[in-house]
Amino acid sequence: MAERLQLTVNGAESELEASSDTALLYALRNDLGLKGTRFGCGSGQCGACFVLIDGYPAPACDTPLWAAAGKRITTVEGLSKGGGELHPLQHAFLAEQAAQCGYCTSGILISAAALLARNPRPTESEVRAALDRNLCRCGSHNRMVRAVLRAASEIAL
Amino acid sequence: MNTVAESPLKRPGSLERNPKLAQWLRVHRDGAVSIFSGKVEIGQGISTALAQIAAEELGITLERIRMVAADTAVSPDEGVTSGSLSVQDSGDALRRACAQARTLLLKSAAARLGVSVRDLQVADGTVRTAGRSTSFWECADDALFDCEVDETAALRSPRDYQVVGKPAPRRDLPDKIAGRPRFIQDITLPGMLYGRVVRPSYNFAGPVSLDDSKIKSMPGLAAIVRDGGFVGVLAEREDVAISAQRALRLTASWREVDALPRDVHAWLKEHAAEHHVISEKENADAKSRAAKVLEASYTKPYISHASIGPSCAIARIDDGKLMVWSHSQGIFNLRRDLALALGMREDAIVVRHAEGAGCYGHNGADDAALDAALLARAAGGRPVQVQWMRDDEFAWAPCGPAMALSLRAALDPHGDIVDWEHELWSNGHSSRPGRSQGPALAAAWHLARPHERPSAINLPLPAGAADRNAIPIYDFPNQRVVNHYVHEMPVRTSALRSLGAYANVFAIESFMDELAQAAEIDAIAFRLRHLKDPRGRAVIDAAARRAGWSTWKPVEGRGHGIGFAKYKNLGAYCAAIAEVEVEREVRVNRLVLAVDVGLVINPDGVINQIEGGAIQSTSWTLKEEVKLDARGIASLDWEHYPVLKFSEVPVVEVELLDHPELPAAGAGEAAQGPTAAAIANAVAHALGLRVRDLPLTHERIAVAISQST
Repeated sequence: MAERLQLTVNGAESELEASSDTALLYALRNDLGLKGTRFGCGSGQCGACFVLIDGYPAPACDTPLWAAAGKRITTVEGLSKGGGELHPLQHAFLAEQAAQCGYCTSGILISAAALLARNPRPTESEVRAALDRNLCRCGSHNRMVRAVLRAASEIAL
Repeated sequence: MNTVAESPLKRPGSLERNPKLAQWLRVHRDGAVSIFSGKVEIGQGISTALAQIAAEELGITLERIRMVAADTAVSPDEGVTSGSLSVQDSGDALRRACAQARTLLLKSAAARLGVSVRDLQVADGTVRTAGRSTSFWECADDALFDCEVDETAALRSPRDYQVVGKPAPRRDLPDKIAGRPRFIQDITLPGMLYGRVVRPSYNFAGPVSLDDSKIKSMPGLAAIVRDGGFVGVLAEREDVAISAQRALRLTASWREVDALPRDVHAWLKEHAAEHHVISEKENADAKSRAAKVLEASYTKPYISHASIGPSCAIARIDDGKLMVWSHSQGIFNLRRDLALALGMREDAIVVRHAEGAGCYGHNGADDAALDAALLARAAGGRPVQVQWMRDDEFAWAPCGPAMALSLRAALDPHGDIVDWEHELWSNGHSSRPGRSQGPALAAAWHLARPHERPSAINLPLPAGAADRNAIPIYDFPNQRVVNHYVHEMPVRTSALRSLGAYANVFAIESFMDELAQAAEIDAIAFRLRHLKDPRGRAVIDAAARRAGWSTWKPVEGRGHGIGFAKYKNLGAYCAAIAEVEVEREVRVNRLVLAVDVGLVINPDGVINQIEGGAIQSTSWTLKEEVKLDARGIASLDWEHYPVLKFSEVPVVEVELLDHPELPAAGAGEAAQGPTAAAIANAVAHALGLRVRDLPLTHERIAVAISQST
């Protein structure tokens, strides 16, 4: 049954009408128009749909709206500051040309942002471990790891 | 995996089929140039490389180039974006078209200024002479390009290149990294409905029963569509479409066909329908020197494309016209097959390319397009987006074919190979749209008036398909190579990156190591004594130097190995050296690759493709195998089809050997075979024992150990 639900996404309160069992992914993409969070597997195995829920990366495909309500949700669109200024991670991904198809990128940025928030100077193996829940099929892994390390050192400056 | 090499071309690149200059570019008054290419962006960076080529010949900055999305209504028909041929085919055509366009624009500018072309100075499209100026943009006139491309137009010398050969950032990445809508999955059209198709995970001949009574009352469900065994749902919300699909599937039972063989490789050997001897060389004198004979058999399983984003399409039927958005690699061929399946005229259909997730060959993109079109018939003129779910993709996208290979060779007393035999058994490697009598689109086989499922075919040599790279590049006095083509297809197969080259190079290069060991000669020295081709020798030398091959220090449980090939025996040269560590699982610590693609258009683009190819091949080689049960594909999620994770990815170093004087070859498929062989050889080196069946998992290694003791 559809009901009126409230979500806090990227710092703003949003209202939508959907069944509370609906996966957060479809509310973000289709009700709120935030297409940067992407469908990959529907069961939390690939990381393409990761968002931050109260600061922790979680699969939006596997999170029902009732579980997301009342929490702080950050999508890839919310990583950049107001006015469209990119997050240092996004600058670093561009500088390292750290993508091929780019489909997994949003979810990986989310995992990386969560890592840097709790560990601002990670080692390479810590970066790899933090990204292990995200799959990349094109083989851009090493570029992305370099980009995360670059962002960490630039944030520290 | 190409359509272009099927007949010899009279004109270079894609000009044979698209000879008009206006088909390739348009100059705008606002200072931009639109470039029309029939090749599509599939995550490989081709739109950036083609923009570089166009900017170079026009002598303008890269920022002025607008790459127009391929569209059957406006783009040149360049067949399929495959076979690492885009830089050759589209790039060559664009190079000539843009060179001629520049000449015509300069003539027009000279006439406008009343001087001769010789008196003009040109910079980024601005044309000056003695204090006066005009520009390409002022001279822009569609009539100017209403002529045939003159393929003899003078081209810039690679020595003078300003844009080509320099790293260029990918033009599509800013959107993708910022998380802006960019993919076909992100397109929302006004009034769009969401569609899903209900299929079992195995080949079937229609539903036996289906109960839609509970689904019908779902709020927001717009339609349940049935056409024979094709069953789909349409809903106002995507989550409702998914719930309806799942619920309906639970009620369905399907008429099953084709029980699968238990041992696919044995089955392939028993079911070959055609036997093609593709290479034969005889030298009785050399053969008589044979002192030692070796034999070995290798296998490769079915491999899944496993793109992170499952296939997607959008279709709208309006006033008898069908508009389709697709991430197909071949929009014109897709249009033809859609027309066949739907009983429409081709000119009533427009297919426009929209970017999808990474594409590594013939995946479900084309199938999803027919799914969307069939559902659009019931949508009353509203657009329909179909997104395959993860299990749809694993079950229904064609697989890269399983292969069995047997090799036999003889060494003379000096350790030279005097005889070589290579036999392979495989299904065909292409069942793409546009190539058979009926439509090669999954839904078409299940309609009330079904079309027959076409068998995968092999494209002819020299590029080949199952037999791609089966003919050794080494110089052997006697050789015989046989391609046993298996027509019957228990699992739907089609083109996956590098086609048969992956298994053939894995087998050839593994066997070369086995022979080198029997001859007690270093693996690299052994290859070089059988290889004359100087470009091949150069990449092997470069990789060996970079990896420090000759200073390797033996450590228990570690090994290094080499693999080498010239892709298709026509394209890029690649030598790979792998360093591995074997405990319970194989871990690849380092890959060093040396590559010669001739002229490099975008060095960072080539490196990115080689790195990606090497890492994907590492994943195939260590982990990947489509699992089958008696009915069909049983690996339907990432748990059952694991791929390489961040913490398992090796260090990858790429060295480019630049040859600006040589034609440019594609880079996307050069690394797969050599990487697999390098890893297998390194594992053999570490274990002192050869594993000949892919993937090189703990279980396979355990079997090889038990067989050796």
